[in-house]
Amino acid sequence: MSTIVSLPDQSTATLPKKNYINAEHGLLSWLLTADHKRIALLYMFSITFFFFIGGFFAGMVRLELLTPAGDLMAADTYNKMFTMHGIVMIFLFLVPSVPATLGNFFLPIMIGAKDLAFPKINLLSWYLYMAAGIFVITTLVLGGVDTGWTFTTPLSTHYLNTHVATTATGIFIAGFSSIFTGLNFIVTVHRMRAPGMTWFRLPLFVWSNYAASVLMVLGTPVLAIAIVLVALERTIGIGVFDPTKGGDPLLFQHLFWFYSHPAVYIMILPGFGVISEVVSTFTRKRVFGYTAVAFSSVAIAVFGFFVWAHHMFIMGVSNYSALVFSLLTMLVAVPSAIKIFNWAFTMQKGSITFETPMLYVFGFIGLFTIGGLTGVFLGSLGMDVMLTETYFVVAHFHFVMVGGMLMAFLAGIHFWWPKMTGRMYPEGVSKFAAVVTFIGFILTFFPQFVVGYLGMPRRYAAYPPEYQVLNVLSTAGATVLGVGYMLPLFYLAWSLKYGAIAGSNPWQATGLEWQIQSPPLTENFTETPIVTQEAYDYEWLAKKQERELQHVG
Amino acid sequence: MQISPVLWQFLTKWLTSSALWPDQASTIAPWADALYIFLWLMTVVGVILVGALVLFFAIRYRKERHPEAVQIEGSTLLEATWTIIPLGIFLFVFVWGAWLYFRIYNPPADAMQVYVVGKQWMWKAEHPGGQHEINALHVPMGRPVQLTMISQDVFHSYSIPAFRVKREVIPGRYTTVWFNATKPGTYHLFCTQYCGTLHSGMVGEITVMDPADYQKWTEESTSGMSLAQNGERLFASLGCISCHSGNATASGPNLAGIYGSKIKMDDGTEQVATDGFLRDVILNPSQHVPYGYKPIMPTYQGQISEEGLIDLVEYIKSLKTNYRVQQTLDTSKSDDAAPITPAASQKVTQ
Ligand code: HEM
Ligand SMILES: [Cu+2]
Repeated sequence: MSTIVSLPDQSTATLPKKNYINAEHGLLSWLLTADHKRIALLYMFSITFFFFIGGFFAGMVRLELLTPAGDLMAADTYNKMFTMHGIVMIFLFLVPSVPATLGNFFLPIMIGAKDLAFPKINLLSWYLYMAAGIFVITTLVLGGVDTGWTFTTPLSTHYLNTHVATTATGIFIAGFSSIFTGLNFIVTVHRMRAPGMTWFRLPLFVWSNYAASVLMVLGTPVLAIAIVLVALERTIGIGVFDPTKGGDPLLFQHLFWFYSHPAVYIMILPGFGVISEVVSTFTRKRVFGYTAVAFSSVAIAVFGFFVWAHHMFIMGVSNYSALVFSLLTMLVAVPSAIKIFNWAFTMQKGSITFETPMLYVFGFIGLFTIGGLTGVFLGSLGMDVMLTETYFVVAHFHFVMVGGMLMAFLAGIHFWWPKMTGRMYPEGVSKFAAVVTFIGFILTFFPQFVVGYLGMPRRYAAYPPEYQVLNVLSTAGATVLGVGYMLPLFYLAWSLKYGAIAGSNPWQATGLEWQIQSPPLTENFTETPIVTQEAYDYEWLAKKQERELQHVG
Repeated sequence: MQISPVLWQFLTKWLTSSALWPDQASTIAPWADALYIFLWLMTVVGVILVGALVLFFAIRYRKERHPEAVQIEGSTLLEATWTIIPLGIFLFVFVWGAWLYFRIYNPPADAMQVYVVGKQWMWKAEHPGGQHEINALHVPMGRPVQLTMISQDVFHSYSIPAFRVKREVIPGRYTTVWFNATKPGTYHLFCTQYCGTLHSGMVGEITVMDPADYQKWTEESTSGMSLAQNGERLFASLGCISCHSGNATASGPNLAGIYGSKIKMDDGTEQVATDGFLRDVILNPSQHVPYGYKPIMPTYQGQISEEGLIDLVEYIKSLKTNYRVQQTLDTSKSDDAAPITPAASQKVTQ
């Protein structure tokens, strides 16, 4: 807390008179904005909204599982609950989370650009996202859907009378939203870098969003194809997946996982970027092995496309193709391991402080390490046979995506909150929230590893009584976790009005985004910056601050 | 294993007898558990290592103690170390896992055969002797049992945690799994692939009995007709017999002894007559024309249930020699003279 030192010339008690928030007024100025920062905030609101909708369904799922009998709701209601939970969390929260909010806001600023390459497409992609959200909400109002977020055929095409088509349309549209975001990022990084901003001076946040964008652009169309084929099979019965018409039901699995495996990297890579920024700032050090961290993002993106069949080890794929996919899965685990050690060693000989974002980073490193290593269980062929389709998998992907990605997202929100709003969040309560989240998380998801190996299948509304103790623990944990997630909602809202004025660089960080006022101007920079230093150059920062001091004095 | 055998024994005994451990009831289970324990050791060591590093740095280099950060580039040696060591461990896990996988999915040749049909929302098991069970399976202890499984509607998945085996049950194709049970008792049977409304109700019980009890059980629950006998009746009633009579003048090949053999096809390829192949020929005959025959066989798609297909396949399997065909022939078409060496069988290359 003692480290909130702003630059002397900015320690005025008011926000800058002119900034992107008050540049224009009225609802329409927000709905028609082409400013990447405003669009980022639009995303931030909508994503938060959907996160809590998804969270509500998680709560209902956990509540049902408090007792072994399926007594709280009917079985098909339960199925709708976990389906909506999965769909909302994946497609409306995790995929867009960091890129569409923090990425949208900071990627252009970090490379010294005034905006993204295609500001209007950026706005369009928010509208597409909202349209997707409306389809999903419509499904809910109409009575829900119970395919699970994986839409397995022929269940989804022939055996369900729920609103599969509506949801599928929503997901199809959401896909285009993420393709547009990805395209926009790729072009921006290639074309809009400020003079002197070479590839190896890019902040790691930019690298990781770039890698995720490549995955979005190449992977999402395959999801779109799979979804369209499901729709056609449902409506006019084209039979590509239908064995009675000579189709192949496994084809859907291949198409779906060809997207959905890379999708987990779409979800986690931007989070890696956040972690790199935060670790560097609060240790006051260059990220250890910058190049290795940057390239491991790219390696993950490339290898990420060759491991999809590890979701199908028990489906009767040939033993030898299973071997190949298992081997590749082991290889893709290595870059993640590299990053963990690089972050740890960034702390070596640093000068470390423990603000909230840093606490989330500690949480991230712990949980992501467990999540990653339990992924090795699932990549190992023989072990996967026992564990797949059980709660072990549920625990694993929550450790990676919720323990990893969501921790990174929260770290990022707290880290950049002063820049986005011009105000500090309250440190005390936010540290408390970080600790509560961590404890709640472990309590919720750790028991699921155990109950998974005991054999409890996922997507079960009722289960044998001997699994109850572990499920009660898990539900209790979910309650704590829920509190941990609600807290920021309140204190961040509070800080908008009462938070201390942040100044331009409260963390003394090196990124270009910290060298401009908070909140920034609509055009970000008053003049195009010329970059002469690499990312995380704290000596450069010190010199710059010295110069500015003399200037003022 | 770096850990001493005694300690290992103690560890597995202690762990596996606790309530947090599933029953160990098949020959695979101890092997699976060994890998599982190894993987947890790897995880615990990994987490402790990372945790200790982070904690140590956080304490040693916190701002109060270390006000000036020292900038470090990175270190190729260190980075190579933490690339190669995890890679080595993961490759080791890969080999171990692959070895286990082949053990799980390669059945011994002498396994007892049981058929399973999955449908929303029940498991139907059929023993070769004709015993039917729903959401239950009785198996003898100490004998390899192979399940040949198919779904009638959507994907299901047959999972027996106590045996550490699981396999997807897929519409349109046979999948198999095998186990050798080691401990009498009843164990959970789950459907683990989400299959619609009553997915969590698609559960059952596996009962492992010692061989004598199993023998008694089969005798008590027999329906009087074996699967092959059911198949034989179908073979006659669906008219298969009219072409596959084994007769020299018959328009279809003789099916005796065909199971497991290589068949030369019209398109020049060779196919092995497995369960799945036989099923597929019955449903899509035009795609599997044997060399030297006309594509005249009609499709039976939609006319035979999955159980019926299993009966037919089991019947064809039972036709080890011409003798059975001959018998059928004699009973159903007694006025035809029986040829001694059907010409058709020469087209089947063993
Ligand atoms: C309080 C927090 C959460 C709890 C208690 C929770 C609980 C659960 C449970 C019990 C399931 C398994 C349902 C089943 O297989 O029967 C599940 C599935 C899932 N969860 Fe969560 N979850 C939480 C947060 C999240 C978050 C934040 C995300 C993503 C951002 C997420 C993504 C998913 C996904 C994608 C599934 C798979 C759904 C499916 O099987 O179709 N969860 N969750
Ligand atoms: Cu099922």
